[in-house]
Amino acid sequence: MADKRRILTLLIPLIIFLMACFFLFKGLYTDPRKLESVLVGQDVPEFNSPDIYDLEKSHGTEIFKKQKLLLNVWATWCPTCYAEHQYLNQLAAEGIYIIGMNYKDNHTKAIKWLTDLKDPYKISLFDKDGMLGLDLGVYGAPETFFIDSTGVIQYRHVGDINAHNWKNELSAIYENME
Amino acid sequence: MSTYKNRCFNTITLPVLLFAIFYLISPVSNAAGSIESFEFDNAQKEDVFHDLTKQLRCPKCQNQNISDSNAELAKDMRNKTYELVQSGQSKDQVIDYMVARYGNFVRYDPPMTPATIFLWLGPLLFIMFGVWFLFRLSKRSNEQDSSFDELESQRLKDILEKETSSNKES
Repeated sequence: MADKRRILTLLIPLIIFLMACFFLFKGLYTDPRKLESVLVGQDVPEFNSPDIYDLEKSHGTEIFKKQKLLLNVWATWCPTCYAEHQYLNQLAAEGIYIIGMNYKDNHTKAIKWLTDLKDPYKISLFDKDGMLGLDLGVYGAPETFFIDSTGVIQYRHVGDINAHNWKNELSAIYENME
Repeated sequence: MSTYKNRCFNTITLPVLLFAIFYLISPVSNAAGSIESFEFDNAQKEDVFHDLTKQLRCPKCQNQNISDSNAELAKDMRNKTYELVQSGQSKDQVIDYMVARYGNFVRYDPPMTPATIFLWLGPLLFIMFGVWFLFRLSKRSNEQDSSFDELESQRLKDILEKETSSNKES
Protein backbone atom coordinates (compact mmCIF):
# COMPACT_ATOMS: atom_id res chain seq x y z
CA MET A 1 0.00 0.00 0.00
CA ALA A 2 2.71 2.42 1.02
CA ASP A 3 4.72 1.36 -2.04
CA LYS A 4 1.81 2.01 -4.34
CA ARG A 5 1.37 5.52 -2.97
CA ARG A 6 5.07 6.14 -3.34
CA ILE A 7 4.95 5.15 -6.99
CA LEU A 8 1.95 7.41 -7.57
CA THR A 9 3.76 10.34 -5.96
CA LEU A 10 6.79 9.68 -8.12
CA LEU A 11 4.55 9.69 -11.21
CA ILE A 12 3.33 13.24 -10.57
CA PRO A 13 6.37 14.95 -12.18
CA LEU A 14 6.04 12.63 -15.18
CA ILE A 15 2.39 13.52 -15.58
CA ILE A 16 3.18 17.24 -15.38
CA PHE A 17 5.96 16.74 -17.92
CA LEU A 18 3.65 14.90 -20.33
CA MET A 19 1.00 17.61 -19.99
CA ALA A 20 3.59 20.28 -20.76
CA CYS A 21 4.72 18.22 -23.77
CA PHE A 22 1.15 18.01 -25.02
CA PHE A 23 0.62 21.76 -24.91
CA LEU A 24 4.01 22.65 -26.34
CA PHE A 25 3.59 20.11 -29.13
CA LYS A 26 0.17 21.51 -29.96
CA GLY A 27 1.77 24.96 -30.02
CA LEU A 28 4.09 23.85 -32.81
CA TYR A 29 1.16 23.42 -35.17
CA THR A 30 -1.00 26.40 -34.33
CA ASP A 31 -0.39 29.69 -36.03
CA PRO A 32 -0.37 32.46 -33.41
CA ARG A 33 -1.18 34.98 -36.10
CA LYS A 34 -4.57 33.39 -36.65
CA LEU A 35 -6.95 34.89 -34.17
CA GLU A 36 -10.42 33.62 -33.56
CA SER A 37 -13.06 36.20 -34.23
CA VAL A 38 -15.10 37.31 -31.24
CA LEU A 39 -17.95 38.11 -33.61
CA VAL A 40 -18.71 34.45 -34.29
CA GLY A 41 -22.29 33.83 -33.20
CA GLN A 42 -23.19 37.51 -33.41
CA ASP A 43 -25.05 39.63 -35.92
CA VAL A 44 -23.07 41.59 -38.45
CA PRO A 45 -22.64 45.00 -36.75
CA GLU A 46 -24.71 47.91 -38.01
CA PHE A 47 -22.95 49.80 -40.76
CA ASN A 48 -23.39 52.09 -43.69
CA SER A 49 -20.90 51.60 -46.48
CA PRO A 50 -20.80 52.88 -50.07
CA ASP A 51 -20.99 50.63 -53.10
CA ILE A 52 -17.65 50.50 -54.91
CA TYR A 53 -19.22 51.16 -58.32
CA ASP A 54 -21.52 53.91 -57.14
CA LEU A 55 -20.19 55.79 -54.15
CA GLU A 56 -23.52 57.63 -53.79
CA LYS A 57 -25.32 54.36 -53.12
CA SER A 58 -24.87 52.84 -49.69
CA HIS A 59 -25.46 49.43 -48.17
CA GLY A 60 -26.36 48.33 -44.66
CA THR A 61 -26.91 45.06 -42.81
CA GLU A 62 -30.00 44.26 -44.94
CA ILE A 63 -27.71 42.79 -47.63
CA PHE A 64 -26.76 39.97 -45.24
CA LYS A 65 -30.30 38.87 -44.47
CA LYS A 66 -31.33 37.26 -47.74
CA GLN A 67 -29.19 34.14 -48.05
CA LYS A 68 -26.09 32.53 -46.63
CA LEU A 69 -22.97 34.04 -48.09
CA LEU A 70 -19.29 34.77 -47.85
CA LEU A 71 -18.02 38.25 -47.03
CA ASN A 72 -14.55 38.55 -48.49
CA VAL A 73 -12.19 41.31 -47.32
CA TRP A 74 -9.64 42.24 -49.96
CA ALA A 75 -7.36 45.00 -51.18
CA THR A 76 -5.13 45.65 -54.16
CA TRP A 77 -2.11 46.09 -51.85
CA CYS A 78 -2.47 42.50 -50.72
CA PRO A 79 -0.61 39.93 -52.85
CA THR A 80 -2.42 36.97 -51.30
CA CYS A 81 -5.72 38.50 -52.40
CA TYR A 82 -4.47 38.36 -55.97
CA ALA A 83 -3.81 34.64 -55.65
CA GLU A 84 -7.17 34.13 -53.99
CA HIS A 85 -9.13 36.07 -56.58
CA GLN A 86 -9.11 33.38 -59.26
CA TYR A 87 -10.49 30.85 -56.86
CA LEU A 88 -13.23 33.25 -55.76
CA ASN A 89 -14.19 33.62 -59.44
CA GLN A 90 -14.52 29.87 -59.58
CA LEU A 91 -16.63 29.71 -56.41
CA ALA A 92 -18.88 32.47 -57.73
CA ALA A 93 -19.30 30.52 -60.96
CA GLU A 94 -20.36 27.52 -58.88
CA GLY A 95 -23.15 29.66 -57.49
CA ILE A 96 -21.77 30.75 -54.14
CA TYR A 97 -22.98 34.18 -53.13
CA ILE A 98 -20.00 36.36 -52.26
CA ILE A 99 -20.01 39.93 -51.05
CA GLY A 100 -16.72 41.80 -51.38
CA MET A 101 -15.35 44.39 -49.06
CA ASN A 102 -12.53 46.48 -50.43
CA TYR A 103 -10.46 47.40 -47.37
CA LYS A 104 -8.37 50.57 -47.04
CA ASP A 105 -7.62 50.85 -50.71
CA ASN A 106 -7.28 53.17 -53.64
CA HIS A 107 -10.61 53.42 -55.47
CA THR A 108 -9.21 53.61 -59.00
CA LYS A 109 -6.90 50.65 -58.45
CA ALA A 110 -9.73 48.63 -56.94
CA ILE A 111 -12.03 49.26 -59.91
CA LYS A 112 -9.22 48.35 -62.31
CA TRP A 113 -8.64 45.12 -60.37
CA LEU A 114 -12.28 44.14 -60.62
CA THR A 115 -12.43 44.95 -64.33
CA ASP A 116 -9.19 43.16 -65.21
CA LEU A 117 -9.53 40.08 -63.02
CA LYS A 118 -13.31 39.64 -63.26
CA ASP A 119 -15.66 40.45 -60.42
CA PRO A 120 -16.85 37.48 -58.33
CA TYR A 121 -18.81 39.71 -55.95
CA LYS A 122 -22.57 40.17 -56.05
CA ILE A 123 -22.15 43.35 -54.03
CA SER A 124 -18.91 45.24 -53.44
CA LEU A 125 -18.51 47.47 -50.42
CA PHE A 126 -15.89 50.18 -50.32
CA ASP A 127 -14.35 50.64 -46.87
CA LYS A 128 -11.91 53.46 -47.51
CA ASP A 129 -11.03 54.34 -43.90
CA GLY A 130 -11.18 50.78 -42.58
CA MET A 131 -13.84 51.59 -39.99
CA LEU A 132 -16.23 48.83 -41.13
CA GLY A 133 -13.17 46.58 -40.98
CA LEU A 134 -12.54 47.75 -37.42
CA ASP A 135 -16.14 46.96 -36.46
CA LEU A 136 -15.72 43.48 -37.90
CA GLY A 137 -12.42 42.92 -36.12
CA VAL A 138 -10.54 42.70 -39.42
CA TYR A 139 -6.77 42.82 -38.89
CA GLY A 140 -5.50 42.13 -42.38
CA ALA A 141 -6.47 40.92 -45.79
CA PRO A 142 -7.66 38.55 -47.03
CA GLU A 143 -10.22 37.52 -44.49
CA THR A 144 -13.53 35.82 -45.17
CA PHE A 145 -16.60 35.79 -42.98
CA PHE A 146 -19.18 33.03 -43.31
CA ILE A 147 -22.57 34.60 -42.67
CA ASP A 148 -25.85 32.69 -42.52
CA SER A 149 -29.18 33.84 -43.97
CA THR A 150 -30.20 35.55 -40.73
CA GLY A 151 -27.11 37.76 -40.82
CA VAL A 152 -25.24 35.94 -38.05
CA ILE A 153 -21.49 35.42 -38.45
CA GLN A 154 -20.75 31.71 -38.21
CA TYR A 155 -17.05 31.59 -38.97
CA ARG A 156 -14.12 33.78 -39.89
CA HIS A 157 -11.30 32.49 -42.08
CA VAL A 158 -7.97 34.33 -41.95
CA GLY A 159 -5.82 34.07 -45.07
CA ASP A 160 -6.70 33.05 -48.58
CA ILE A 161 -9.34 30.59 -49.66
CA ASN A 162 -7.86 28.04 -52.04
CA ALA A 163 -8.92 24.73 -53.58
CA HIS A 164 -7.18 22.83 -50.81
CA ASN A 165 -8.67 24.45 -47.70
CA TRP A 166 -12.06 24.92 -49.37
CA LYS A 167 -12.38 21.20 -50.05
CA ASN A 168 -10.93 20.11 -46.73
CA GLU A 169 -12.69 22.34 -44.25
CA LEU A 170 -14.36 25.49 -45.51
CA SER A 171 -16.96 23.99 -47.85
CA ALA A 172 -18.28 21.88 -44.97
CA ILE A 173 -18.69 25.01 -42.83
CA TYR A 174 -20.48 26.71 -45.70
CA GLU A 175 -22.76 23.74 -46.35
CA ASN A 176 -23.68 23.46 -42.68
CA MET A 177 -24.92 27.04 -42.51
CA GLU A 178 -28.61 27.70 -43.00
CA MET B 1 55.89 54.52 -50.93
CA SER B 2 53.05 56.01 -52.84
CA THR B 3 51.10 52.75 -52.73
CA TYR B 4 51.47 52.64 -48.96
CA LYS B 5 50.10 56.17 -48.74
CA ASN B 6 47.17 55.17 -50.86
CA ARG B 7 46.34 52.17 -48.68
CA CYS B 8 46.50 54.35 -45.62
CA PHE B 9 44.21 56.86 -47.17
CA ASN B 10 41.74 54.21 -48.23
CA THR B 11 41.43 52.56 -44.85
CA ILE B 12 40.73 55.88 -43.22
CA THR B 13 38.19 57.12 -45.73
CA LEU B 14 36.02 54.02 -45.72
CA PRO B 15 34.82 54.35 -42.11
CA VAL B 16 34.51 58.10 -42.51
CA LEU B 17 32.44 57.62 -45.61
CA LEU B 18 30.27 55.02 -43.91
CA PHE B 19 29.69 57.38 -41.00
CA ALA B 20 28.81 60.17 -43.36
CA ILE B 21 26.34 57.95 -45.20
CA PHE B 22 24.88 56.71 -41.93
CA TYR B 23 24.28 60.22 -40.66
CA LEU B 24 22.88 61.31 -43.97
CA ILE B 25 20.39 58.46 -44.06
CA SER B 26 19.29 58.28 -40.45
CA PRO B 27 17.33 61.56 -40.22
CA VAL B 28 15.49 60.58 -43.39
CA SER B 29 14.46 57.19 -42.02
CA ASN B 30 13.41 58.84 -38.77
CA ALA B 31 11.24 61.26 -40.64
CA ALA B 32 9.63 58.37 -42.52
CA GLY B 33 7.93 57.10 -39.36
CA SER B 34 5.06 59.54 -39.24
CA ILE B 35 4.44 61.36 -36.01
CA GLU B 36 0.79 62.01 -35.46
CA SER B 37 -0.30 64.90 -33.36
CA PHE B 38 -3.46 64.58 -31.37
CA GLU B 39 -4.94 67.55 -29.62
CA PHE B 40 -6.89 67.01 -26.45
CA ASP B 41 -9.49 69.02 -24.58
CA ASN B 42 -7.61 68.53 -21.34
CA ALA B 43 -4.55 66.87 -19.86
CA GLN B 44 -6.61 64.13 -18.24
CA LYS B 45 -7.91 62.92 -21.60
CA GLU B 46 -4.39 62.97 -22.95
CA ASP B 47 -3.23 60.76 -20.07
CA VAL B 48 -6.08 58.34 -20.68
CA PHE B 49 -5.18 58.20 -24.36
CA HIS B 50 -1.49 57.51 -23.71
CA ASP B 51 -2.37 54.90 -21.12
CA LEU B 52 -4.73 53.16 -23.50
CA THR B 53 -2.40 53.11 -26.48
CA LYS B 54 0.21 51.47 -24.24
CA GLN B 55 -2.27 48.94 -22.84
CA LEU B 56 -3.86 47.90 -26.13
CA ARG B 57 -2.10 45.29 -28.18
CA CYS B 58 -1.94 45.44 -31.96
CA PRO B 59 -3.57 42.32 -33.49
CA LYS B 60 -1.50 42.65 -36.66
CA CYS B 61 2.03 43.03 -35.32
CA GLN B 62 1.49 40.87 -32.36
CA ASN B 63 4.03 41.83 -29.77
CA GLN B 64 3.63 45.56 -29.96
CA ASN B 65 1.14 47.87 -28.39
CA ILE B 66 -0.76 50.23 -30.64
CA SER B 67 1.36 53.15 -29.55
CA ASP B 68 4.60 51.50 -30.72
CA SER B 69 3.31 49.92 -33.87
CA ASN B 70 3.50 51.50 -37.29
CA ALA B 71 0.98 49.10 -38.83
CA GLU B 72 -1.97 50.63 -40.62
CA LEU B 73 -4.30 48.81 -38.27
CA ALA B 74 -2.56 50.24 -35.20
CA LYS B 75 -2.96 53.69 -36.72
CA ASP B 76 -6.69 53.11 -37.18
CA MET B 77 -6.96 51.87 -33.62
CA ARG B 78 -5.11 54.94 -32.33
CA ASN B 79 -7.44 57.19 -34.29
CA LYS B 80 -10.47 55.35 -32.96
CA THR B 81 -9.12 55.49 -29.41
CA TYR B 82 -8.56 59.22 -29.80
CA GLU B 83 -12.06 59.68 -31.15
CA LEU B 84 -13.61 57.73 -28.27
CA VAL B 85 -11.53 59.45 -25.59
CA GLN B 86 -12.35 62.87 -27.04
CA SER B 87 -16.05 62.02 -27.01
CA GLY B 88 -15.70 61.51 -23.25
CA GLN B 89 -15.57 57.71 -22.99
CA SER B 90 -13.79 56.24 -20.00
CA LYS B 91 -10.78 53.93 -20.15
CA ASP B 92 -12.90 50.84 -19.51
CA GLN B 93 -15.38 51.81 -22.18
CA VAL B 94 -12.64 52.11 -24.79
CA ILE B 95 -11.14 48.77 -23.76
CA ASP B 96 -14.58 47.15 -23.96
CA TYR B 97 -15.05 48.65 -27.40
CA MET B 98 -11.81 47.11 -28.67
CA VAL B 99 -12.41 43.77 -26.92
CA ALA B 100 -15.86 43.56 -28.56
CA ARG B 101 -14.10 43.66 -31.93
CA TYR B 102 -10.75 41.98 -31.45
CA GLY B 103 -11.28 39.85 -28.36
CA ASN B 104 -9.24 39.69 -25.19
CA PHE B 105 -6.19 39.41 -27.41
CA VAL B 106 -5.97 43.21 -27.56
CA ARG B 107 -5.52 43.48 -23.81
CA TYR B 108 -2.10 43.27 -22.27
CA ASP B 109 -3.85 42.75 -18.96
CA PRO B 110 -6.12 39.77 -19.63
CA PRO B 111 -9.15 39.17 -17.39
CA MET B 112 -9.88 35.95 -15.54
CA THR B 113 -11.93 33.69 -17.82
CA PRO B 114 -12.42 29.90 -17.90
CA ALA B 115 -9.62 29.73 -20.49
CA THR B 116 -7.13 31.70 -18.41
CA ILE B 117 -8.12 30.56 -14.93
CA PHE B 118 -5.19 28.17 -14.72
CA LEU B 119 -2.78 31.04 -15.27
CA TRP B 120 -4.24 32.80 -12.25
CA LEU B 121 -4.74 29.83 -9.97
CA GLY B 122 -1.85 27.70 -11.24
CA PRO B 123 0.90 29.40 -9.19
CA LEU B 124 -1.31 29.29 -6.08
CA LEU B 125 -1.95 25.57 -6.62
CA PHE B 126 1.77 24.95 -7.05
CA ILE B 127 2.57 26.75 -3.81
CA MET B 128 -0.16 24.86 -1.95
CA PHE B 129 1.09 21.56 -3.36
CA GLY B 130 4.64 22.43 -2.36
CA VAL B 131 3.61 23.31 1.21
CA TRP B 132 1.61 20.09 1.47
CA PHE B 133 4.55 18.09 0.14
CA LEU B 134 7.00 19.69 2.59
CA PHE B 135 4.56 19.07 5.43
CA ARG B 136 4.26 15.39 4.49
CA LEU B 137 8.01 15.08 4.19
CA SER B 138 8.74 16.55 7.61
CA LYS B 139 5.98 14.48 9.23
CA ARG B 140 7.43 11.30 7.77
CA SER B 141 10.95 12.08 8.92
CA ASN B 142 9.58 12.75 12.43
CA GLU B 143 7.92 9.34 12.40
CA GLN B 144 11.14 7.74 11.26
CA ASP B 145 13.04 9.49 14.04
CA SER B 146 10.70 8.14 16.72
CA SER B 147 10.76 4.55 15.38
CA PHE B 148 14.54 4.75 15.34
CA ASP B 149 14.41 5.90 18.94
CA GLU B 150 12.29 2.96 20.06
CA LEU B 151 14.67 0.37 18.66
CA GLU B 152 17.81 2.15 19.56
CA SER B 153 16.78 3.31 23.00
CA GLN B 154 16.32 -0.32 24.00
CA ARG B 155 19.82 -1.10 22.81
CA LEU B 156 21.15 2.01 24.47
CA LYS B 157 19.50 1.02 27.71
CA ASP B 158 21.06 -2.45 27.53
CA ILE B 159 24.50 -1.06 26.89
CA LEU B 160 24.17 1.43 29.70
CA GLU B 161 23.01 -1.23 32.09
CA LYS B 162 25.96 -3.40 31.18
CA GLU B 163 28.28 -0.47 31.63
CA THR B 164 26.99 0.41 35.08
CA SER B 165 27.09 -3.22 36.24
CA SER B 166 30.68 -3.62 35.04
CA ASN B 167 31.59 -0.36 36.75
CA LYS B 168 30.14 -1.61 40.02
CA GLU B 169 32.16 -4.82 39.71
CA SER B 170 35.40 -2.93 39.31
